[in-house]
Amino acid sequence: RDFNERCAQCSEVNWGLTDGGRFYCRSCHNVTERTREVVNTDFITNSRVQTISKGSRNQEKNDGGCEWYVCEGFQLVLKKQAEALEALGVCPQMKDEILCNFWRCYLQKSKQAYCKRPAGETIKALSVCESSTDVDSDPDRPSLLHLLSLSESEGDLQTDCSFASSVSKVSESTSVYSGSVDGSLYLMKNQKEKLRMTMPMTLSFCYMALLWLREPITLSELLRFVVEGHIPYLNVFQHFPEKMKLCGLDLRIFCVESWPVYEEVFNKMHELAAFLDLPRFPDITDSCFLHPDMLCMKYLMEANLPDELHNWTCRVVRKIGIGEVDFLTLMPGNKSTRKVKYDVLAAGIIVVVLKLLFLLDDHYEWLLSEFAEERNKNSTEGGPYFEFKKWYEVVKQSLDVEQKKLDEERAKYLWRCEKPLFYSVKNKSKVLKRRQMVVNLQSQFGKLSGSVRRAEKPNPSSFQLSWSEENTDGSCFHGHSLKGVLQEKCGLLTAMNPDYWLCTVKLCNERLCGHLAHYREVEFPQSYHFVLGLFSFLLRIQPSYIHDEVCMIEHKLFNKKLCKKLKYNTVLRK
Amino acid sequence: SSHEHKLNFRKSKEACLSYIQDALLQKQWKRAAEFLTCYVESLEKDYSREHVGPSEIIWRIGTEILWHHSQSSMKEFNCFMEQMKTLGVKRYLKVCLEHVFHLLCNGQIDEAYQNLSLAESWRFGEQTAIQDKEMKLVEAYRGLLDYYSWSKQKNILLEHSEDGFSDLAVEQEMHSYFRKAAVSLKEIIKIPGVWDVFVKCYVDLLEFYGDHNEARQVLNEYAYNSKFPANPNAHVYLYQFLKRQGESKKSLISALKILHDIVPSHELMIDFNTMLQKSKKRKKRRLGLEVIFAALDYAGWKEDAKAWSCLARQVKQIVISEKHLDWITQEWNSRKDWWPAFHFSRYLAKRNWQENKSLSYEKALVAGILLGKDCKYFKYVSHQGCKAQLKRFRMLKKFVNRHNSVYLRIS
Repeated sequence: RDFNERCAQCSEVNWGLTDGGRFYCRSCHNVTERTREVVNTDFITNSRVQTISKGSRNQEKNDGGCEWYVCEGFQLVLKKQAEALEALGVCPQMKDEILCNFWRCYLQKSKQAYCKRPAGETIKALSVCESSTDVDSDPDRPSLLHLLSLSESEGDLQTDCSFASSVSKVSESTSVYSGSVDGSLYLMKNQKEKLRMTMPMTLSFCYMALLWLREPITLSELLRFVVEGHIPYLNVFQHFPEKMKLCGLDLRIFCVESWPVYEEVFNKMHELAAFLDLPRFPDITDSCFLHPDMLCMKYLMEANLPDELHNWTCRVVRKIGIGEVDFLTLMPGNKSTRKVKYDVLAAGIIVVVLKLLFLLDDHYEWLLSEFAEERNKNSTEGGPYFEFKKWYEVVKQSLDVEQKKLDEERAKYLWRCEKPLFYSVKNKSKVLKRRQMVVNLQSQFGKLSGSVRRAEKPNPSSFQLSWSEENTDGSCFHGHSLKGVLQEKCGLLTAMNPDYWLCTVKLCNERLCGHLAHYREVEFPQSYHFVLGLFSFLLRIQPSYIHDEVCMIEHKLFNKKLCKKLKYNTVLRK
Repeated sequence: SSHEHKLNFRKSKEACLSYIQDALLQKQWKRAAEFLTCYVESLEKDYSREHVGPSEIIWRIGTEILWHHSQSSMKEFNCFMEQMKTLGVKRYLKVCLEHVFHLLCNGQIDEAYQNLSLAESWRFGEQTAIQDKEMKLVEAYRGLLDYYSWSKQKNILLEHSEDGFSDLAVEQEMHSYFRKAAVSLKEIIKIPGVWDVFVKCYVDLLEFYGDHNEARQVLNEYAYNSKFPANPNAHVYLYQFLKRQGESKKSLISALKILHDIVPSHELMIDFNTMLQKSKKRKKRRLGLEVIFAALDYAGWKEDAKAWSCLARQVKQIVISEKHLDWITQEWNSRKDWWPAFHFSRYLAKRNWQENKSLSYEKALVAGILLGKDCKYFKYVSHQGCKAQLKRFRMLKKFVNRHNSVYLRIS
């Protein structure tokens, strides 16, 4: 566009851009040596440009679609997700720098772009590129991939045509049908080698970027926002441009029918970090949101527990060294250290602290509560003592209500979207008819539903349960005192409770059986189960994961005693 | 489950379905509709492996909701049914039939008829053959509605003839309905099955037009053809027909015999016993006793004075004639352990006396004979009856006293 020289052959000023990024004269098809300046920072940071492929690739599809690659699709997905995160308050750096750089790095490492010759694709004859009879209708927006690949290669026309070559190879065979160019190739690739991109992995990318920037969003929160619809995931393909037709195998890649699981996203993220050869991540210090001290504070508030417990969580953190920078910071590729799940860890610490102070054996905590109740009846000097029983009742009630709501929401979840999907053109009409029927039925029964289905999603919030000190009914326990369960010994405050029971005496090998311990509800006290259930709800993960962390923390805490096999007052349970 | 965090489409819809089912059971139609709205997108998924797919579920549940929901109209209901018809060609006729039933329940006979006619003319490749049975049902019900129209015309005709008019048009219409109905009804009752309503109507038609032979044949087939499922009503219809035709007692009795075997507590057993008692043949009288004892084994007859009077009469007759006491012995043998508590308790004596003196009279007679004059029931009732100075009770007392030894011989 900025090129205003006259053509050497025909003296016209009518330029187009070849695949190789060279200017050619539209009137006489004279190809120049001039290449367009590609690497300018604006363009890269603004790399959320639509990557519709153009050029001498066969653009003439009957349905007005264009050719597109799977990774272009994923790029769009990531773009949308980054935008949503930005809207939630994440700093723009994440979208413009971090995520985009991670993505580029990934594309390069997995040889999908930014390299001389994408693996798996053969080079066809030059004729494909030379027959530039198909004129670029829009030279202003060349394919990002092509242009960026240019920066790596020497601008060799031959190389640049390598993208185009795969076109005819794939789209010819009807058995591997997909709207994208390499959909079938994509699914056939050997996963192990290249860490094939999947929808859940987009969230791994997001989380990785968030972690790099140490943003105050935990993985469980991120996943919760996804389920609540604040971050595009399900049906994100409906935001693909019209020209990017999705069908056949693309559906298997882009259409998800299940919510991402914490473990999966977490593990993939670590795999990814190692795959990209990333250096040590920025330090997680005690001023970071993800530091256990901070997260414990948040969760204590959310669980309606006294603020005073925070002293105890900090003490435990300090004692077992999990507040250390080196423990918390991610070092990709380091297989010896256990990967830190910040949110689950914090929940685990709180559970351990509760066990330390209240024992949670279905007996002692109620006893303590009775004492506290007595005291509270007789005097209210210095504020109320924390009563476990009251807390349990209040929290259980709210929890039950919220859980019920959540269960209903899950049952009412709508998975489909307006954009219809079909495997092939053959069943298009059937799919559309079905869709129409569904819409009709939804309308008919929706009217009979009585209540108006809320159209807006609720505003995203970091806290799912909130308790206000202003409530006079005493349902907020933040300010309550732990005096009832503490005693002073040699100037130090210790727990009155002398006992502790270990969740498990021996930890399993995580690599072998996937867990550090095995949680079976019936084998543990109800109170313990309740507390696990509370955090399980808040973090939207299985109680067994929190149980694992609890076991891990306990073993660090009682390490010496376990080694010495002293006769502590431990009630041994498996 | 509250801890099931791994959620996918299928599990979500399963949960949705269980919410719908709960709501239906509690008749919360609005709530059921709310969840059904979320469930319907299951149609877009392939459930071809499952036994009952979403389209069938949606049809059945949607029908229930629309039928019961206060804000739903017949128009909406019909519209829904039409959609359901297009949803699964393998169920097309079934849906049509269900739709027709609902229309009939709502009194929309004409609409029902239209739908049936439409369904009758449906053809869909090999499905037509596969859904042959449903098609026969469609024709049969259409025939049934034709019968209904015939019946209306018949009544009009009768009215008019009473008034002295003769209405040719009505008569012709009536005949044409007859023809249509007869053809369809005849077809369906050929197939083994329970076709009570069709049989009744068909026989009614045949009788009106005087084709008694055909009627008799149809009823015999229906009752005695072993291919047809055992159906007490078949025998009842046959019996009633024979009675109407003025057949001999012998054929009436043979018609009721199987009924006694299948349903010993049937209400016709009273008539049966009455006929049998009067018979000259010993075997028949013996059967009569068996029949009435068997009927009174059932709680439904406990308070029926007529039934007890039949038994009382027969027992009395046997006792007086002093012949065939062994019949009573045989019948009483399997009952002596439980009939006393079942029929002849002191509590029942009081109650029967209070509520129905005739009942207590008949029962007292039987009790007195079977259990002797000192049994609770007889003692109480006869005492009360004599106290009330009712003549028949005094007679009863005398009778039982006279034949007191009988109970010893039969026990």
